[in-house]
Amino acid sequence: MALKIVKGSIDRMFDKNLQDLVRGIRNHKEDEAKYISTCIDEIKQELKQDNIAVKANAVCKLTYLQMLGYDVSWAAFNIVEVMSSSKFTYKRIGYLAASQCFHESTDVIMLTTNQIRKDLSSPNQYDTGVALTGLSCFVTPDLARDLANDIMTLMSHTKPYIRKKAVLIMYKVFLKYPESLRPAFPRLKEKLEDPDPGVQSAAVNVICELARRNPKNYLSLAPLFFKLMTSSTNNWVLIKIIKLFGALTPLEPRLGKKLIEPLTNLIHSTSAMSLLYECVNTVIAVLISLSSGMPNHSASIQLCVQKLRILIEDSDQNLKYLGLLAMSKILKTHPKSVQSHKDLILQCLDDKDESIRLRALDLLYGMVSKKNLMEIVKKLMLHVDKAEGTTYRDELLTKIIDICSQSNYQYITNFEWYISILVELTRLEGTRHGHLIASQMLDVAIRVKAIRAFAVAQMATLLDNAHLLTGNTQRNGICEVLYAAAWICGEFSEHLENPMQTLEAMLRPKVATLPGHIQAVYVQNSAKLFATVLKSQEGDTDSTTTQEASQLMIDRLPLFVQSANLEVQERASCILQLVKYIQKLQQKDVEVAEEVCALFAGELNPVAPKAQKKVPVPEGLDLDAWINEPPSESESEDEQPKAIFTKEEPKHSRPRHTEVDEKELARRREARKQEQANNPFYIKASPSSQKVYQDTSGVEHIPVVQIDLSVPLKVPGLPMSDQYVKLEEERRQKVRAEKKKKEKKKRKEKRSGRGRKHDSGPESEEDIAPAHMVDIVTEEMPENALPSDDDERDPSDPHKALDIDLDKPLADNEKLPVRSHRAVEAQKSPVEDGERENAASQEPKKKSSKDKKEKKKDKDRDRKKSKEEKKKKKHKHEEKEEDLLGGQMEEPVVQSEETSEVAALPTSSSAEEVATVAAAEAAPAPGAPSVTAPDSEPDEPKDTEMEPKSSKHKKKKQKKEKEDKEKKKKKHHHHHRHSDAGGEESVQNGTVEEEEPLPPMSNYCLLAENSYIKMMKEDADEVCDIQGNLQDGSQVVVSVIFENKCESFLKSMEFNVLDSLNSKLQRPEGSGPHDGLVVPFQLPPGVSNEARFVFTVQSIVMPQKLKGTLTFIVKNEDSSTHEKLDFKLHFTCTSYLITTPCYSDAFAKLLESGDLKSSSIRLEGVNMPFHHLLARICFHHHFSVVERIDSCASMYSRSIQGHHVCLLVKTSAQTVSIDAKCDEPTLLGNVLDEIKQTFSQC
Amino acid sequence: MIKAILIFNNHGKPRLSKFYEHYNEDTEQQIIRETFHLVSKRDENVCNFLEGGMLIGGSDYKLIYRHYATLYFVFCVDSSESELGILDLIQVFVETLDKCFENVCELDLIFHVDKVHHILAEMVMGGMVLETNMNEIITQVDAQNKMEKSEAGIAGAPARAVSAVKNMNLPEMPRNINIGDISIKVPNLPSFK
Repeated sequence: MALKIVKGSIDRMFDKNLQDLVRGIRNHKEDEAKYISTCIDEIKQELKQDNIAVKANAVCKLTYLQMLGYDVSWAAFNIVEVMSSSKFTYKRIGYLAASQCFHESTDVIMLTTNQIRKDLSSPNQYDTGVALTGLSCFVTPDLARDLANDIMTLMSHTKPYIRKKAVLIMYKVFLKYPESLRPAFPRLKEKLEDPDPGVQSAAVNVICELARRNPKNYLSLAPLFFKLMTSSTNNWVLIKIIKLFGALTPLEPRLGKKLIEPLTNLIHSTSAMSLLYECVNTVIAVLISLSSGMPNHSASIQLCVQKLRILIEDSDQNLKYLGLLAMSKILKTHPKSVQSHKDLILQCLDDKDESIRLRALDLLYGMVSKKNLMEIVKKLMLHVDKAEGTTYRDELLTKIIDICSQSNYQYITNFEWYISILVELTRLEGTRHGHLIASQMLDVAIRVKAIRAFAVAQMATLLDNAHLLTGNTQRNGICEVLYAAAWICGEFSEHLENPMQTLEAMLRPKVATLPGHIQAVYVQNSAKLFATVLKSQEGDTDSTTTQEASQLMIDRLPLFVQSANLEVQERASCILQLVKYIQKLQQKDVEVAEEVCALFAGELNPVAPKAQKKVPVPEGLDLDAWINEPPSESESEDEQPKAIFTKEEPKHSRPRHTEVDEKELARRREARKQEQANNPFYIKASPSSQKVYQDTSGVEHIPVVQIDLSVPLKVPGLPMSDQYVKLEEERRQKVRAEKKKKEKKKRKEKRSGRGRKHDSGPESEEDIAPAHMVDIVTEEMPENALPSDDDERDPSDPHKALDIDLDKPLADNEKLPVRSHRAVEAQKSPVEDGERENAASQEPKKKSSKDKKEKKKDKDRDRKKSKEEKKKKKHKHEEKEEDLLGGQMEEPVVQSEETSEVAALPTSSSAEEVATVAAAEAAPAPGAPSVTAPDSEPDEPKDTEMEPKSSKHKKKKQKKEKEDKEKKKKKHHHHHRHSDAGGEESVQNGTVEEEEPLPPMSNYCLLAENSYIKMMKEDADEVCDIQGNLQDGSQVVVSVIFENKCESFLKSMEFNVLDSLNSKLQRPEGSGPHDGLVVPFQLPPGVSNEARFVFTVQSIVMPQKLKGTLTFIVKNEDSSTHEKLDFKLHFTCTSYLITTPCYSDAFAKLLESGDLKSSSIRLEGVNMPFHHLLARICFHHHFSVVERIDSCASMYSRSIQGHHVCLLVKTSAQTVSIDAKCDEPTLLGNVLDEIKQTFSQC
Repeated sequence: MIKAILIFNNHGKPRLSKFYEHYNEDTEQQIIRETFHLVSKRDENVCNFLEGGMLIGGSDYKLIYRHYATLYFVFCVDSSESELGILDLIQVFVETLDKCFENVCELDLIFHVDKVHHILAEMVMGGMVLETNMNEIITQVDAQNKMEKSEAGIAGAPARAVSAVKNMNLPEMPRNINIGDISIKVPNLPSFK
């Protein structure tokens, strides 16, 4: 055998390994793609081989290629194969590959559930570790649901290495399977006080992540964290905790008050900048959360700002960056403290580092005042010109707009200047923020009535120079500005100096290259302009201008009528017809201006963005109810396409010419007015504004301050905002001088006259009078709007689901799905025992302090505990686990006991899983580390562990356990027990949610029992890894649980079996064929443990029975006696089957091949849901579901010697028929018999 | 949370990529290219934090990177991570690599990307920091390597011999990551213990 391996590896070493691949790629720089594709072909060949080492090597190479950007998802199944290798080396390669390329939609992931579970419970901590690491990268909701419980038990593993990984991965599990949060939380909380700093840090990490998203649920942990903060010395943990407090304080100001002192102490004492920085950050958060009425905290603010200034002044750019970042947080609540450092911040604006400049920009937001706004923006405009990267420039642009528009344009004293700035910004090429500028223009023009004339003039210039904006690139975002420009010019066209010119500009052929929605606005507004032109010429005897205008429209509009954009087309054709009609009227000298203007009469008021949402739903209105029953689907499907493509289209291209007469116009106007009056979103304009077109005096009531004439209103080309800065200076001086004269009087007047509040800003601010007395129209809200300001959270945010109240006691239905079917200690236990004792012996020292702690904890927690116990009792599996451990398992909150629980956990999954690994390593040569030192005084520490407090619970519990034990005894053979065995099944067909939970199952059966000892066995199947099993694959592993039921100590156990011709117990080399095997542990009273024995089997087609004996010594205090127990091992054919996943296409091929003999059985009176039935077959007979359609499923399994077994299971009423095919008829017959038996027992 | 960890060289060639969120291969390459573009144009003496990067971005995320000789180590993290802490973590990572590979250089990362992954897995798991203590990390990595060796056993010997022969004419490239200067760059970061 060894020779074969060596031979195999000699073959292998001429395969390309990862290093060769990398080297090859480096040597083929010119034709890399070609070289890699040949490599991929080689890899595909390698993956077809049976040798797992070759496969692993191939997968390893694929992982590298994945990094280079090659899709390797086609090899997903091979990755799963490598993952399931029993060798750590290969397993690790497999998991790495999986973590790199598996994701939620990888379908083979569902095949990994059992493999991962097996690895999680592996006795080798690195197998577990590697599985956890891999799982953390590709966990899916299904995996999370099926494995949550396994991982939760790992959280109490004896090894801190596993504990910390298990704790950390829980966060991912919570995200994917939020239901697990509440049941797992108590244990997670315990881990905050784990003796191992790594585990503690992991727990803090997880809770911080959770609390960051839903802080209010974690407030109750604050005292615990407070304690940790004052006691921990680990900077990582401290940072996380301090960050967490930053998230909690906004919800609980009292917490903040408590925090200030320790945090300030830390700030003073720590030398670690990272910690200092986080402290400052949290102090800021605290100060923000405290109301401003806390004068004594100004010292803390000063301290923070001081420290931050030190950071900003540091030569280390990183600190400078962070200083600015933190400063921006203070800014929101304490702008004055920050403003005093304006010099420093402005200096940072010139830093060569973009990140720092961006941060400084953030701060500017709070630095501006009326006084310096222009100056600061001027500086920013300079930066805009210099900026290289578009990102930074875009950032500057948005900042300028933010700064200017903040709190309702509070700091803008001169809107002309602002409009000029906006116009200047349109010169930016390639910015993404065209729409932002556009919306600002619209906003200002609509809301600041006094500025409209100026804005319209500027926009007209802009339209005239549109070619400069649209430039070369079509996707240039800046052309959005034209949208605003066209609209403003149209809507406020009465302010235009030369409407004809603008009209001409808007109808240039070039416009047709703009995006559709902009063209539509152009067309619509050209109509408005046209109306204005008509109106302005009315009364003139000379009608050439109006006729020119009509002709212009008629000439140019057809271009838009041909537009591909529906809206443009529609509007253009309407307007074209209208103009044609008007032209007719004009020729008859009919006055039409009034009517045409009426088309566009009415004022548009801004509506608040949330207005629509805030409209309360009237009582009795059900928005979800159908108004008309929807037509049946088939109808609509048949008819709609026809209507769209055959009938409607010609209509659009050939619009009907409808004559619009005056009556019709009047009627429409009336209707429009009516509609406006009824529309809650349309602002009922005051009569004065309604008349805007008829009577220009409507605008005059707005006090437009004369614009200083030194500014040429029409700047040739594009306007320069800089001029305004100078002008503004002069103006201010003038105003100041004036004010000095009549100061007192004026101040009074101004206060009453001004419509806006100035709540912040230094005193001197007040003195700056705005150039325009602007009336900023506030945004409209519907009447009786709902005041609720519901924070809008992204509904797809996974953290939303984690918003769960954790303080509520657990309900029974909240427990995690458990899929374990046995409860024993793993073989490794002797070593673990030792460790456990170490842990336990440390325990008493800590206990005194712990007890106190414990008592302090409120009753709430006790309640939770007892609930949990109840839950556990319900849970048969867990109970059994405790039972086998001699009732030493108690509340998980108590540390000492948890360690013992840990010892049991790796076993909580199927024996076969552990067995796979063990078969290769431990069983044949018991030289494995696990078999060494048997523990010396096993029961002492356990006694000391008993917490007096828990004794009450305990008694109750023991009683229950006893009862349960008795029950179990009665049931004896093939007493199948529970858990979520659905795990397996659900993964394969994914429909379990609606179905009822599965009944409990177990593969353990009672082997033999006497007053001293009980043996449970599971004849686990299979052998080491795949290649072994094809040639010499004839090993079967039997796991036996020994439980000491008496009061004495059991030792020197020897396990012996009478070999048959077919089956032999594998004994260590050198021992005779009749020697017994020493069981590698001793059993203190009440303790159970598991051992595995490997058998070699020649033929697997028949079930067989082996007789065996167990001899052992019962040791009392004074005497010791030899005892013996006989048993019979029953090897069913099922135990030779290995659950092997199979693709449906491979399955179909297999069936077609014709090599298989078929057979079938019928089961009558099976009264269970189909999925239970499948789960049972999967579970007890090691099949996997290939495909399931309704009440019919195909299943597959493979024997250890490579026989294929295929099943087709159908059910109707209470009859189940199973058609089976296998290449070995005897084996098949026996398997079917066994299946029959399984179902006859239930 | 850490969203991604990237290592690439001065020319943007990826040496390791670890994404803790799923992207398809093309997007991953695009992210690497873009990140390289962002990082490589920055001067040596600017700060190690970087915002932006459309793909991996989002306002909550930041790129935190360090540049060692020929390699960039880039971490993309959200606001729950301490910026300086992550810088320190990168340092720990590089020092750990240095210990595990004995004077690490780019070649080690090129030829043993799997090992680098295994080391990284002991530090960061599923996007969360698992361990920051270098000695602990090295202990676990060594223990696993030892296991691998013992599994290879006799069978592995010839393969090792062959790979030794294959590697004989390998180092035509200078081992040029000079780890010596790393501590100079961050004087204000006493490492976490």
